[in-house]
Amino acid sequence: MKRTTARQKSEFFWGWIFILPTMLGLIVLNIYPMIDTIKQSFCKIGDFGKGSQFVGLDNYKKVLGDSEVWQALWNTIKYAIIEVPFSVVIALLLAVLLNKKIKGRSVFRTIFFLPMVVAPAAIAMVWKWLYNSNFGLINNIFHVNVNWISNPKLAIFSLAIIGIWSVIGYNMVLFLAGLQEVPKDYYEAAALDGANGFNQLIHITVPLISPTIFFVLVTRIIGAMQVFDLIYMMIDLNNPAWKKTESLVYLFYKYSFEQNKKGYGATVVVVLLVVIMILTVIQLIGQKKWVHYE
Amino acid sequence: MKKTVSNFIMYFVLIVVSVTMIVPFLWMFLTAFKTVSETMQVDPFVIVPKVWQVQNFSNVIKAMDFVRLYANTIGMIVLRILFAVLTASLSGYAFARLNFKGKNVMFGLVLFQMMIPVQIFIIPQYVMVSNLHLTNSIMGLVFPGIVSAFGTFLLRQAFMQLPKDLEEAARLDGCNIPQTFMYIMAPLTRSAMVALGIFTAVFAYKDLMWPMIVCPDNRATTLASALAKMNGQYQQKYPELMMAALISCVPMIILYIIFQKQFIEGIATSGGKL
Repeated sequence: MKRTTARQKSEFFWGWIFILPTMLGLIVLNIYPMIDTIKQSFCKIGDFGKGSQFVGLDNYKKVLGDSEVWQALWNTIKYAIIEVPFSVVIALLLAVLLNKKIKGRSVFRTIFFLPMVVAPAAIAMVWKWLYNSNFGLINNIFHVNVNWISNPKLAIFSLAIIGIWSVIGYNMVLFLAGLQEVPKDYYEAAALDGANGFNQLIHITVPLISPTIFFVLVTRIIGAMQVFDLIYMMIDLNNPAWKKTESLVYLFYKYSFEQNKKGYGATVVVVLLVVIMILTVIQLIGQKKWVHYE
Repeated sequence: MKKTVSNFIMYFVLIVVSVTMIVPFLWMFLTAFKTVSETMQVDPFVIVPKVWQVQNFSNVIKAMDFVRLYANTIGMIVLRILFAVLTASLSGYAFARLNFKGKNVMFGLVLFQMMIPVQIFIIPQYVMVSNLHLTNSIMGLVFPGIVSAFGTFLLRQAFMQLPKDLEEAARLDGCNIPQTFMYIMAPLTRSAMVALGIFTAVFAYKDLMWPMIVCPDNRATTLASALAKMNGQYQQKYPELMMAALISCVPMIILYIIFQKQFIEGIATSGGKL
């Protein structure tokens, strides 16, 4: 009896010692800042940047009455609506192709994954150049004259294309991991029943890796809702498409760090948090209809 | 016959996608060695530079002090990896292998942090960094990465997969908890530590907003944030811009090609945090 208590005591002692650095760090760097951001969203920085005064729901009233915020929310959602489904479907198809024993499998995988190890700042610069309406590669190779990133109607789609291009390799790797779990005899049985490749994909692959698809969807939507780097790098303030591409995180950056309206910036980021939480909860509820766990 | 056709279509698709992935990098490379007038010419459109402008390289390195930028970026990465791997393997071990009161609540906090968008932490983190007078310093860059909730989660998974008997044997041999951790358990999670290290490095290298906020000074900032600056200043000078982009991504691409298995594992386990 006495030995177990000694062991328990020592586990308690060392357990807390071991987690102490991480927990202290999380409390100082994340938990406190989160509470502080929420607090600031109810405050206004006083005159001359000194002190902050409580203004109740004023920031929220202003944010929800601000057409720029609504436009940014809509831009962000539009970006996500294009980026997520396309990147998921393309990645899934590529994963199915690469799941076969084919020559050059790992070479293709390495190439598709490449954009994941490059700074988005560099990616945005090269795409800005590719999209250049006068001297860009795309317009000159295909002999078209499209204002990819300065046409307000088109710009958000052009940005989403870069998003898709950047992330398909990543999604594909996750799908490949999911496909490893699917037993091969399912496909043999289906082939005997005369199911073609497309039918196999819809009726066998998709249901069997639905937990992976669900995971990718949830994390990709969260990621897409936080889009910032691409837009910050590609859209100058004198770009006519600027208002139609500004995302919520961009707006947060602009208010908090360019215009030093931290209370307003904090409010925008709390709104973003709420939107992401709502989207995630909807997916968690919706998953019961289509995600099959073993 | 049917097999060859479908094989042909398959390779066709894979090759088209590969070309799409590579062309932007190729274009970055080709443009980096052109003259400005070559990039502004459409009839004929110049694909390959007539004379490779090698001096673009030295011009850009001098103009933006890339040696310094690399030193800052690598310094930040090394420190973040050290902190993250050290704190996360300790806490990961405790969460996976030790029983103590309050463990579940604390682990709940770890999971909670992983679910919250990072932007919500940034304003107060910035205020702390500036109160500590760490703006424009490497420690300022490292600051939000001193601990890692994701790393704790990843290392916990790794420790949980190790067999129970190992620990029992160590205990019977008279090892106390720190010794068991140091000499028996931690060395067995090396591959998870490598994955966390790679994830941390790639994440820090790609991050744009934090270095722009805490290190606005050209000499103190990272590659990504320096590119953002150049992007605003150089406007139409695409050879210089592409050379700068090239200089900042080639070393990472080479590392990736050498250690691709570890890279893909390290990034793929991150659950969309990148």
